[in-house]
Amino acid sequence: MNFVLRHPGEIAWRTMEHVELVLIALVIACAIALPLGIYIARNRRLGDIVLGTLNVVYTIPSLALLALLVPVFGIGTTTALIALVAYALMILVRNVVAGIRGVPFALVDAGRGLGMTARQILWRVEIPQALPVMLGGVRLATITLIALATLASWVNAGGLGTLVLYGLQHDDPVRALAGSAIAALLAVAADLSLRHLERLVRS
Amino acid sequence: MTPDHRQSGAAVRLHDVAVRYPGADRDAVGGVDLEIPAGALVVLLGPSGCGKSTLLRTVNRLVVPYRGTIAVDGRDVTTSDPETLRRGIGYVIQAVGLFPHLTVAQNVAIVPQLLSWSPQEIAARVDELLDLVRLEPARYRSRLPRELSGGEQQRVGVARALAARPRVLLMDEPFGAVDAIVRTSLQDETVRLHRALGTTILFVTHDVDEALRLADRIVVMKDGRVEQDGTPLRVLAKPATAYVEALLDAKDAVRRLSLLCARDAMVPADGTAPGRYQVAANETLRAALSLLLEGAVRVDVIDGDRVAGAISFDDIRAALVAAER
Repeated sequence: MNFVLRHPGEIAWRTMEHVELVLIALVIACAIALPLGIYIARNRRLGDIVLGTLNVVYTIPSLALLALLVPVFGIGTTTALIALVAYALMILVRNVVAGIRGVPFALVDAGRGLGMTARQILWRVEIPQALPVMLGGVRLATITLIALATLASWVNAGGLGTLVLYGLQHDDPVRALAGSAIAALLAVAADLSLRHLERLVRS
Repeated sequence: MTPDHRQSGAAVRLHDVAVRYPGADRDAVGGVDLEIPAGALVVLLGPSGCGKSTLLRTVNRLVVPYRGTIAVDGRDVTTSDPETLRRGIGYVIQAVGLFPHLTVAQNVAIVPQLLSWSPQEIAARVDELLDLVRLEPARYRSRLPRELSGGEQQRVGVARALAARPRVLLMDEPFGAVDAIVRTSLQDETVRLHRALGTTILFVTHDVDEALRLADRIVVMKDGRVEQDGTPLRVLAKPATAYVEALLDAKDAVRRLSLLCARDAMVPADGTAPGRYQVAANETLRAALSLLLEGAVRVDVIDGDRVAGAISFDDIRAALVAAER
């Protein structure tokens, strides 16, 4: 507790860094996952290939993935972001595909029969119907990224992991614990608020 | 009914229409010719897999035939783009297909919205349509589909299909998912709407009683082909093939009686005092027979408040024989 009270500036700054990493990665991942997921949801063969590839990426241990990226992208935020985006993509794309494929055929058929264009069916029928499932993916991805972002400190990209890493290396367990605890709190807060959002969308 | 609802139906003409789904080794629809006059209520009848739904879906180009032509109101359906065509043709499907995330009013407003009507026009039309299908606008407008019963949902489905005053209405097993009592009342509503609007209706069903109840004309299908095409009475009295006879249980005379009107079989009489057993002039002979079986020697046919005639067993038999010719 002492550490937290004595270094409020550092804690706040590291927390900001952490949130920033997570948000940037999340926005990039969403921007890729939504169009990609929608596209491959309509093509079963391609969908299986893309999801299979993402699955492989997902099984690589996070530290190993960072180690693989460092020789190519060097040390720093870029490398951390690439790793975070890669993990988020798996979760997001899978949920977008599941959401879109889960829209009952009768609704799409009704949309076509009423004279909607493919684009109108997408925006007025498929996306609203798939939204709860897609938001579930965003929630899962956010929590995962908050946890994973603690590893960003290994490639010198900052975040709460810096406290953990420094604490472990310098025999300062309170500092390490503070970093982990704040990350955990962030995850819980994100989970709760996104769950609330999902409920709003569902009703 | 305000005159505003009235819209003349359009003729639909199918010529040599053939459909084959990718990967199938035979045609789902194999060269069908069909002339549907403006304002008719034609039922496509047959078991599942006979091609009736597929044939229906060629009319609004949800299914594209590899051969043949389809014309609505004299215009080949391939001359306009599919979306424009579909906005002009009402479409009601079995699973209702109401969008669960939209209110009743928003569902009904879809086609007018696609056609860029003004918000005032749309709001007025939505209320008008809810009235038309007998759902009180103030009560139902802002409800979600899941808050409605199956029958109410189906009414909204019909209102939605009629929103832009289509001249042709396609109904694909619309009442398959509701219980028997509600189904009967929806069928009566369909007949009422058809009479009131004059829209040409193509109705797909596998339910023989539904077909007999609704149709001006029944098209019996089997394996993608038309087995018989005629009035309900004709199809029942003179089934063209053994298949049609078996499907409609055409030998069942009682079933045929339900297509005949008391007025047409009665022996006229005037001035007689009404007896205990009565049917209305527009009721079916089946109802009259039922009374005769209960012990009546003759059943009085009431037209308005006077006795217009009477029916005995012999009159019913004679009416059946006459209908067979």
